[in-house]
Amino acid sequence: MRVQSKKPDLAEGDLTPMIDMTFQLIAFFMVLINFAQTEANDRVVLPSSQLVKPPEVPLEFPIILHIARDGEIVLGSETYTVETLRVGLQREMSVVKAQGKSAEDASVVIRAHQDTAAGDVQEVIRVSQDQSLVNFALRVKEDNR
Amino acid sequence: MKIRNQRGNEKNELNMTSMIDIVFLLLVFFVMTFKVVELEGDFSVRMPLGESGGVPDPTDLGLKLRLRSDSEGHLAGMSLNDADLGTNFDELRARIVSQLGSSAPGEDDEGPEIEIDTDYNLRYENVIKSITAVSGYKDGNGVVKLIEKIKFAKPRR
Repeated sequence: MRVQSKKPDLAEGDLTPMIDMTFQLIAFFMVLINFAQTEANDRVVLPSSQLVKPPEVPLEFPIILHIARDGEIVLGSETYTVETLRVGLQREMSVVKAQGKSAEDASVVIRAHQDTAAGDVQEVIRVSQDQSLVNFALRVKEDNR
Repeated sequence: MKIRNQRGNEKNELNMTSMIDIVFLLLVFFVMTFKVVELEGDFSVRMPLGESGGVPDPTDLGLKLRLRSDSEGHLAGMSLNDADLGTNFDELRARIVSQLGSSAPGEDDEGPEIEIDTDYNLRYENVIKSITAVSGYKDGNGVVKLIEKIKFAKPRR
């Protein structure tokens, strides 16, 4: 005599399309993720310009200075004012020199907030000049309109 | 009576639960860290110490752009070599084009230089707009370059 299985029939959905879609989404986000966003700073909204294009060749030794709306300067993970920025730049310059480069080889990338005072940017340039830095890059976002 | 073992006929299905858990975790991670990248570019300025607000070179055009601001940092007016331009950046660009028309740079010449003298509390956005206006303009898909040498005057406190 044949004994029927007592197991109840569970209604199992077919998970294949969902897993397919999920893997596609993961692939999409993995391709688009940009680890270079470490250059960005949430406190800075860049002004825009129609003329700039992303550089084809990266700068040799960039020193990235973020200038927030209130004039506070972020270099690496530390914040400075115009008066104390000299200390941070001296530290950067010692790294430049340790790599056998000179101040001429370094570029100061200024990422200033669009509403910050222009005078604060000029002051940052002046302090950088005191450290013999001569190359400056005023970073703006590309405006395609 | 012999009862056959029915287990041998069951389908051998993989347990997908843990894989789906990890896949969703990955998905959540990528969604949370996703940020739309805005393309950025640079205006390159070469400005050695002593050149800001220094003695003007008598051979250059001597272009000097003065940007004035109101108390809130908005652009109140600008002038190119004392010629008032109001707040119109297109007018500034037109003036630059007319100034450069008679003095096209040679092949080994880097072209004329402009000094930007701005009020301290003027919003930086206006400085970038003025740099854009004097640097060139878009002509179709190309860019016509005007002035590439830009320097700043001493900050006005």
